[in-house]
Amino acid sequence: MFRNQYDTDVTTWSPAGRLFQVEYAMEAVKQGSAAIGLRSKSHVVLACVNKANSELSSHQKKIFKVDDHVGVAIAGLTADGRVLSRYMRNECINYFYTYESQLPVGRLVVQLADKAQVCTQRSWKRPYGVGLLVGGLDESGAHLYYNCPSGNYFEYQAFAIGSRSQAAKTYLERKFVSFMASSRENLIKDALFALRETLQGEKLTSSACTIAVVGVGEAFHILDQETVQALINEFEIAGEEAAAPDQAGVDEPSAADDQAAPVDQSAAPMDM
Amino acid sequence: MNSFDSNPATNSLISSEADSQRTLYPYVTGTSVVGIKYKDGILLAADMGGSYGSTLRYKSVERLKPVGKHSLIGASGEISDFQEIMRYLDDLILSDNMWDDGNSLGPKEVHNYLTRVMYNRRNKFNPLWNSLVLGGVKNGQKYLGTVSMIGVHYEDNHVATGFGNHLARPLLRDEWRENLTFEEGVILLEKCMRVLLYRDRSAVNKLQVLFSLCGIHNS
Repeated sequence: MFRNQYDTDVTTWSPAGRLFQVEYAMEAVKQGSAAIGLRSKSHVVLACVNKANSELSSHQKKIFKVDDHVGVAIAGLTADGRVLSRYMRNECINYFYTYESQLPVGRLVVQLADKAQVCTQRSWKRPYGVGLLVGGLDESGAHLYYNCPSGNYFEYQAFAIGSRSQAAKTYLERKFVSFMASSRENLIKDALFALRETLQGEKLTSSACTIAVVGVGEAFHILDQETVQALINEFEIAGEEAAAPDQAGVDEPSAADDQAAPVDQSAAPMDM
Repeated sequence: MNSFDSNPATNSLISSEADSQRTLYPYVTGTSVVGIKYKDGILLAADMGGSYGSTLRYKSVERLKPVGKHSLIGASGEISDFQEIMRYLDDLILSDNMWDDGNSLGPKEVHNYLTRVMYNRRNKFNPLWNSLVLGGVKNGQKYLGTVSMIGVHYEDNHVATGFGNHLARPLLRDEWRENLTFEEGVILLEKCMRVLLYRDRSAVNKLQVLFSLCGIHNS
């Protein structure tokens, strides 16, 4: 993407019908470190690479708990991510106060998307420079959504964002058919494998990654370092090849809709 | 809310000029509502009377209404305030349906929403002069609760408002059991309503009964 005369303002269209500022914001997401999400019928796993700038500093927080039933992993401008997480937490708490039940994840992401859209249509604002993988549970099951700076959102079986996410996506594309029926443990294993793909040969250690899980009967929580290291050891000892996931859901008809192609996917809800 | 504070009629909580702006006493009122859980859901009963003070003026007032797909509401107290509550609930259910996403507000959510409304009005010294019974079934889970005009709320297997608390609930405490059949539930409610007709001077002899059964309701 090169500089041109239509890219100064978010409220300026290009002759080709593009909003360059919005597209530049999506570039910022691609520069952030990788974040991965996958879901089964009953669980959602979020995983991300957490490299600290130097040995002296702590690493950036990329996974936020929004409520007991929802969490988010971000890639891009972490400050924008923090602000949006605070907004999401607020919305969940307010909903619970009025209705004493949990805000359905689908409604939360729509509110988030509408908030992002506002920033693409005001000359005094800029788009949020962060992509959010929202994973959560509600009455209709486990859900994984991706919210874009453009104000679009899509539902996914599995997705990866950030730098070198294509490697993870390739892995996920091979495996996603089995995810719906996957057990919690296999789902986490697949997340770790996908994460390893983004490291391009570097060793995967628990100090460089963060894993979070939410599921039926399991509130959203981030796994502690020992648990993660134990899981890494478990599958690395078993060899390079991923352990064969449960084959029960091989002919899930819905899986065909879930190709990880964000740009063209229409927002039609998936068959569950 | 600048104009609210600068207007002398409204800038003191209980000033006399502001009295025309808040509820002081009810005019057309409904009497008790009784609700019980039974095997397949919820049963609500109320008479169809609207009293104007001591006069039994209106005899076909529907004090029980369905709310959305899952809930039933019954109200005693000021009928016009009940109509206002129904407007709030219709808006709420409409917004909920407009999401068109497979999620829907169940009886627990509606009950909590009403609690917030009633309590907030009470805090402004402008209550909705009603006692409400809210019940329903969602995903096989039965729910029955009540909210008063000051925001007191609770759930139970059987609830009532007004005189129903004094005359019907003792009967229900003795004779209610888990998994009553529909017929048994109606007989029990009829017994309660009969006692209320004998002893409550605002009761009339025309009843409305609603039942909620796994999300479908009927009168």
